Amino acid sequence: MSVASPSSDNASSGARTDPVVEALAQRFGDRALIEQATLTGMPVVWVAREHLVEALGFLRDMPEPFEMLYDLSATDERLRSHRQGLPEADFTVFYQLLSVSRNRDIMLKVALAESDLELPSIVSLYPNANWYEREVWDMFGVAFRGHPHLTRILMPPTWNGHPLRKEHSARATEFDPYTLTVAGQDREQEALKFDPEAWGMQRENDQSEFMFLNLGPNHPSAHGAFRIVLQLDGEEIIDCVPDIGYHHRGAEKMGERQSWHSYIPYTDRVDYTGGVMNNLPYVLAVEKLAGIEVPDRVKTIRVMMAELFRISSHLLFLGTYLQDLGAMSPVFYAFTDRQKAYEVVEAITGFRMHPAWFRIGGVAQDLPQGWERLMQGFVDWMPKRLKEYERAMMENAIVRERTRHVAAFTTREALTWGVTGPNLRATGCDYDLRKQRPYSGYDNFDFEVPLGANGDAFDRGQLRIEEMRQSLRIIQQCIDHMPPGDYKADHPLTTPPPRERMLQHIETLITHFLQVSWGPVLKPNESQQMVEATKGINSYYLTSDGNTMSYRTRIRTPSFPHLQQIPVLMRGGFVPDLIAHLGSIDFVMADVDR
Amino acid sequence: MNWLSPTLVEALIAMSKALVILLAAVLLGAVMTVVERRLLGLWQDRHGPNRVGPFGSLQLVADMIKIFFKEDWIPPFADRPLFVLAPAIAMASLLLSFMVIPITPGWGVADLHIGLLFFLAMAGINVYAVLFGGWSSGNKYALIGAMRASAQTLSYEVFMGLSLMGVVAMADSFNLREIVNAQTTVWFVIPQFFGFCTFLIAGIAVTHRHPFDQPEAEQELADGYHIEYSSMKFGMFFIGEYVGMVLISALIVTLFFGGWHGPLLPPIVWFMLKTAVFLVLFVLLRAALPRPRYDRVMSFGWKICLPLTLINLLVTGAVILIVG
Repeated sequence: MSVASPSSDNASSGARTDPVVEALAQRFGDRALIEQATLTGMPVVWVAREHLVEALGFLRDMPEPFEMLYDLSATDERLRSHRQGLPEADFTVFYQLLSVSRNRDIMLKVALAESDLELPSIVSLYPNANWYEREVWDMFGVAFRGHPHLTRILMPPTWNGHPLRKEHSARATEFDPYTLTVAGQDREQEALKFDPEAWGMQRENDQSEFMFLNLGPNHPSAHGAFRIVLQLDGEEIIDCVPDIGYHHRGAEKMGERQSWHSYIPYTDRVDYTGGVMNNLPYVLAVEKLAGIEVPDRVKTIRVMMAELFRISSHLLFLGTYLQDLGAMSPVFYAFTDRQKAYEVVEAITGFRMHPAWFRIGGVAQDLPQGWERLMQGFVDWMPKRLKEYERAMMENAIVRERTRHVAAFTTREALTWGVTGPNLRATGCDYDLRKQRPYSGYDNFDFEVPLGANGDAFDRGQLRIEEMRQSLRIIQQCIDHMPPGDYKADHPLTTPPPRERMLQHIETLITHFLQVSWGPVLKPNESQQMVEATKGINSYYLTSDGNTMSYRTRIRTPSFPHLQQIPVLMRGGFVPDLIAHLGSIDFVMADVDR
Repeated sequence: MNWLSPTLVEALIAMSKALVILLAAVLLGAVMTVVERRLLGLWQDRHGPNRVGPFGSLQLVADMIKIFFKEDWIPPFADRPLFVLAPAIAMASLLLSFMVIPITPGWGVADLHIGLLFFLAMAGINVYAVLFGGWSSGNKYALIGAMRASAQTLSYEVFMGLSLMGVVAMADSFNLREIVNAQTTVWFVIPQFFGFCTFLIAGIAVTHRHPFDQPEAEQELADGYHIEYSSMKFGMFFIGEYVGMVLISALIVTLFFGGWHGPLLPPIVWFMLKTAVFLVLFVLLRAALPRPRYDRVMSFGWKICLPLTLINLLVTGAVILIVG
């Protein structure tokens, strides 16, 4: 590959240094694999379609296995100009696997020709491939042979075309004006009608006739526009089918039309309770592509703001979780606390929910004077409140009875279904990216990773209270040891460049003008950054084709696999258990649908 | 003026008193909707409705205007006669129960010998409102709500009646006025403490108040049995719930806390004060507790409350036999 890969530690094909790739090469022959050098920090290996299932099975079953299918999506390669050294492909489907024991990832890519868009389904290997494969079908039109239910998942069932293909329009103005006739409305509604037979469900058995209950898309406990169809026998859930896509905005498609810089505000809205936490993986991935190393002050400011948003998000979780259990008051207390957090956020960033405050190579402004006092006020306020939540609610007998051993799963099941974040740690699995793969200087902080034991709805709640305490610890360390220095990196691709220097002479003025009007141009390459976001592992996988905007932006969000797991957990449960579980997952639909 | 015979005057006075009590009950129920919101606001560190009139005092008027002018919509898939009947039952059965409550020595609508039984009968009829409403709506959430309501009421009415039998045995009467008069020396809450506890629980369950609001559980059933109701039909369910609250509070006061009896203050003030304490308790419970799971509520009723009332009744009977 001719693409420069300055900081990549992966060798190009020929001399394989990664033991996993070496093992794959031994198994399938050296010629069957093509290794691609990228900035993703993991080996990226192209395999032939006929080897795919076998290769994935090999990785899943090897010693220290790749237990988790972390991500699965595709790229439309047809308009990509910089792909020297890569196999011929119109479409690429990529499979990213994660191994907790190795703390490593690997990505397998399969090249497909436009005339033959078909792959074998891997649902039997990794059950969470189900929704991912449906998404690839929905977005690219790649068919998966042997998939149990290959239908659209994010787009309406009546949609024409596959949106993430390059020929599909990206903007509303490129379409005819939208109209909806009565007949059209009827057609749309008919298409959304649930057909039990299509899902292999029976309408009745020997003893009883089942009720099919449509929970959502508008339901008080659905946390947004989320629909789940329940097959009920009395109040017992026989089976259920989650239906997502009502909150789909096409965030990945927008990435292909926004400059690297102007896409930042869109990231805020992916997990809309996470604020600047969402900026972090995107900005870090772009900085990898640009080769920017940010000053320590920037790293520390980012960590501090991200942790503040983690607390704010967890507070929202706690309030709504307890509200779903029928406790009316905690949500108001939690919002009082969030207000205190937002006062600090507002003073520092100028915005509340969606600050879009991180920049490529830094943050938007330096910290304002007196920020320490505000932040310290919040850090001092929270601990007694957390204590109160624990005493009033988590020790309450009804809460315990509603959540203990409800929707419990083991670490193994969690990894099989792609569960990450607090929900994974509630099963006792010590996997927190802030510790395992420190980014943005997390290795300099002193904090603990709280773990659960039973992996039930109670542990998921309790664990987040403990996480808030740890976040407060991190913020305290930021207040005490905020390094001096610049709030933006001294690098030509820092966007926008520091304003003070822009007004000094013509060269910096031109750079500033170009970066704000066109946006920075990044070298062709691929990069990825995972972060431990509020709800689990969130990552941006960016493909640059040497342009002012991304060629492909893949957003892997934690909520998507978490929802996919619901039916396995809820079979045999009761409706109130489902509500308790939905409350304990901590998802937002914007994070699921993107 | 000889048509104005003493009996007619007496009848007219009784009628106007009954009317006053009826209006007071409805009005108190309606006022409670606002009082509850203000109290919840107080406990939840927020203001509650405080914009209409001084300190939000006219909020009730605004709510009433709104609810009267809402479109009264009956879904095309609903069973019309039952759908219309249900809210009427909800309101009427509870209001009729007020008839037997002696408010002060001079005030009260009817002095029935079987006053307590009349209340239990009305509470039994009240569940039909939920059943009819839930079934006739033609909505699955409403149906589940109605199903829960019927199961729950069935379980809780069993020991609701039994929990009062200790009081009846001690007062030697079903007449509420006599029960109040039997408490001049000591309130029945002391000898009948377990009876009081179980009646309070059953009372909350029968009015579908939190934490026994399983039939409407907002987070689960999105309002349950009255999900399809709008306008004043919904209003009748809504006010009916608060009238039920007032009724149960008044009954608890009558049966266990000596009714109007109390030193210094006039009887009516004592009655109102005591009732208010329990109304506030109802609201506080809603603010403080999460909702238990529906099957746990049922097993709590059958496995704990029912045995408790039976033991209480046995012990009461034994004591009366030995002492008397």
